[in-house]
Amino acid sequence: MNSLLSLVTFLPLIGAVVLIVFLRGEDAHARQNAKLLALFTTTATFLLSLFVLAGFNPEDPGFQFVEQSAWLGGLTYKMGVDGISVLFVMLTTALMPIVIGACWNVETRVKEYMIAFLVLETLMIGVFCALDLVLFYVFFEAGLIPMFLIVGIWGGKERIYAAFKFFLYTFLGSVLMLVAMIAMYLVAGTTDIPTLLAYPFDATPLAVLGIPIAGGVQTLLWLAFFASFAVKLPMWPVHTWLPDAHVQAPTAGSVVLAAILLKMGGYGFLRFSLPMFPIASELMQTFVFTLSVIAIVYTSLVALVQEDMKKLIAYSSVAHMGFVTMGIFAFNQQGLDGAIFQMLSHGFISGALFLIVGVVYDRMHTRDIAAYGGLVVRMPVFALIFMLFTMGNVGLPGTSGFVGEFLTLAGAFQANTWVAFFAATGVILSAAYALWLYRRVAFGDLIKASLKTISDMDRREKWLFAPLVAATLILGIYPALVLDLIGPSVAALLETHAADVAATTLAQN
Amino acid sequence: MLNEHLAVIAPELVLAVAAMASLMWGAFSRPGADGRGPDATILWAAVVLMVAVGVWIGLSPGVTVYAFDASFVNDGFARFAKVLILFGAAATLALSHAYLVKNALMKFEFPVLILLASVGMMIMVSASDLIVLYMGLELQSLAAYVIASFRRDSLRSTEAGLKYFVLGALSSGLLLYGASLVYGTAGTTTFAGIALVAAEGPMSLGLIFGLVFLAAGMAFKLSAAPFHMWTPDVYEGSPTPVTAFFSTAPKVAAAGMITRVFFDAFGAAVADWQQILVFLSLASMFLGSIAAIGQRNIKRLMAYSSIGHMGYALMGLAAGTPEGAQALLIYMAIYVTMNVGVFAFILNMETDGKHVTDIAALGLYSRVEPARAAALAVLMLSLAGIPPLVGFFAKFYVLKAAVDAGLVWLAVAGVIASVIGAFYYLRIVYLMYFAEALDEPLDGRMPVLHWAFLGASAAAMVLGIVNLFGVEAMAAAAAASLFQ
Repeated sequence: MNSLLSLVTFLPLIGAVVLIVFLRGEDAHARQNAKLLALFTTTATFLLSLFVLAGFNPEDPGFQFVEQSAWLGGLTYKMGVDGISVLFVMLTTALMPIVIGACWNVETRVKEYMIAFLVLETLMIGVFCALDLVLFYVFFEAGLIPMFLIVGIWGGKERIYAAFKFFLYTFLGSVLMLVAMIAMYLVAGTTDIPTLLAYPFDATPLAVLGIPIAGGVQTLLWLAFFASFAVKLPMWPVHTWLPDAHVQAPTAGSVVLAAILLKMGGYGFLRFSLPMFPIASELMQTFVFTLSVIAIVYTSLVALVQEDMKKLIAYSSVAHMGFVTMGIFAFNQQGLDGAIFQMLSHGFISGALFLIVGVVYDRMHTRDIAAYGGLVVRMPVFALIFMLFTMGNVGLPGTSGFVGEFLTLAGAFQANTWVAFFAATGVILSAAYALWLYRRVAFGDLIKASLKTISDMDRREKWLFAPLVAATLILGIYPALVLDLIGPSVAALLETHAADVAATTLAQN
Repeated sequence: MLNEHLAVIAPELVLAVAAMASLMWGAFSRPGADGRGPDATILWAAVVLMVAVGVWIGLSPGVTVYAFDASFVNDGFARFAKVLILFGAAATLALSHAYLVKNALMKFEFPVLILLASVGMMIMVSASDLIVLYMGLELQSLAAYVIASFRRDSLRSTEAGLKYFVLGALSSGLLLYGASLVYGTAGTTTFAGIALVAAEGPMSLGLIFGLVFLAAGMAFKLSAAPFHMWTPDVYEGSPTPVTAFFSTAPKVAAAGMITRVFFDAFGAAVADWQQILVFLSLASMFLGSIAAIGQRNIKRLMAYSSIGHMGYALMGLAAGTPEGAQALLIYMAIYVTMNVGVFAFILNMETDGKHVTDIAALGLYSRVEPARAAALAVLMLSLAGIPPLVGFFAKFYVLKAAVDAGLVWLAVAGVIASVIGAFYYLRIVYLMYFAEALDEPLDGRMPVLHWAFLGASAAAMVLGIVNLFGVEAMAAAAAASLFQ
């Protein structure tokens, strides 16, 4: 079927429109119906996206399921997936039913809440499928609106500050990318991403206002894209919006933010920065490595001293994303494979960790680590699941977290030993903060009076975690499931990247 | 011979005659049995007439014709701008009816003045001679001064009218002075003649001075910074329907006029006027974005918003290319559509029958009237230029034109200003969706017509992503006619 991707992308939107048009009233039945419809839509989207996965040919490094039609202003509506993007689409569609399940206890403005998530799902899938620069930008930016509302309407006490910070930070990053996109459009004469991937952007050194710029136009374009993706990912030092947004967002919002929205930044590096500006990427390798290592070490240390569970996990996300950028800019198969794997694995693990915080927050209405302790006594199932994902976060072999961290470290080691060395200390630090968090929350004696009556996870919550547990373990034990899918596309990307760099080096000598 | 000339200005003639006839009708008719005169009838007749003339102009053949010794031109560009002016004026006039009735301002002079202003605006965008340009401008301005102070018993309204008049007269003086300098140097007032002189080589000092004064006078009408000072006060003081009018049709007319003067008369001297426009654009974008942050009055806020938006429109013009002119036209079309919707909302901001303009009154409005709040939120996000709403594409075209003309730094400055500006548009969304609830929320009952304008405008911002309703091709054709 030729319009399968569009169908997957816009099915949630259709669900949202149905909710807007047909659902009336605010009583318990209406709320229940809104949740059921959203769950149904996201599940249907997931099932439909399985056809994409089934029909995907891993041997072919090019774009598949491509569909195209004219749009305004010389732009095209073009969708397609390759080995790099197909799994992000799957990650999104697979997590969304869980996200909807996670907001089952929400009772305020349920209809709007469901609409926001459904619209957001369409936009997120669109980001990973878009094969036109401006189409990508539209999906990328539009996602800010539902997330702004999710944080703002259903968030915590400081939600207004967090919502504005989130929006303006990411907006400022991406508008520069828009200017770069327009410049690329005018230079290359097209916004078609497959064509642009092969287009050699000028890399002759030039000077702007007397400042010499190696890599010339490519470097400028690279920096503009970097501004956007670095904020989105987020990289140190532009990560400060993330802890605020995470802490204030409702549980489901945090899950989406950590599991999917952050991945757009990494995906952007893979889709745009690396293949389109190879020379600039090469020149900026050290720069990105430095930031990555600082992110890994510094934010791990910051995570150690957090007193709010969500904030701790948010900082740990920043550290884990440091591994992603490090892997991407290692420019080798292990590094890139590892980066993609790390993003997928982090999607499951961090999503699960935020859900875990949600579980206890629903019961105690506090995220203060000090308010807990000894939960294993009253909540054995919870403690078990929490432990599994803590181990995943630490990167214990057998969980998917290990594969991602190991591959990125192996990739970085080949590119720069020192980077790998410092990043490896981050693994130790992650063990420190994650295990310490676990000890403070789950172990010890249950002495706090408020916790005496806390109940273990109910059936809905167990079902929410089941797929995440399965995914973390399966990918940890048999990573080839993912690596075989992404391998050919990554290899092709690296091949063109190396060829471009070699050609320019030759020309300059 | 005369017939041919008259045929060119037929739409303007029809409207002018209609305005005079309505004036007579209103002045000489007696109130009917219900004590009302023909005021409302005149208003609706003017709306219908303007829409009809707009459709007529829009459907007329796409040729360029001149009249009166080439002092008046009717080309694709003029037609595009005129359709936009007439639709904008008709929409704001239709919106004003309910407000005028409620505030006992329903007088037949109002539609007559709007009609006359429209004629003036149509002449502004069709003028191809400095004298004709000035006549159109003054016709529009005089009508505008009067309607600004239409609420005579209100101190604010009178003050707005007076301020507008004094500053407007000053700017007209600047413009006239510039025109006389140009005339003194070029020896002619026709655009074609000036273009010949300007093309001869480096412009003489007199011509450059004339150009600068002309630009200053026109920038005033466009409310571009640093000639914007009147805008917030006049927007705030004028009756709200008048503010709605000011922020739509006259802006299109001023943008059309400035485009025509620069391209038709000084087309050969792009390098000379580009710097002026770059400065105006830059100053307007940043002033509009930053100064609006402190505003609590939604009318003042919209005034600063319009200053900022004119900055973006001028960015397209600063490119000095057909694409730039096209971008400007698309921008104006989208801008007018958004503003009609926003003002349809502002007109109904009431608590206990009293008009409120403080944005704090919007607190948690989404719980009071979800549909209206959603429509306004869409419009605000569109004004901020956030995709996938159509307001983004307005910015996209001007940025593209600017980058294409080598003004990358201006484009970068523009997007940074748009981030700053996004703050206050988002604040409206924030107030409506997640601020504290108010004890006395807005309870204005919205007439069906207003709701239709608000809904249609918001829907257009969402659905326009498909193909912009074909405006792109029309604007391209219109811009091309400037470069024949």
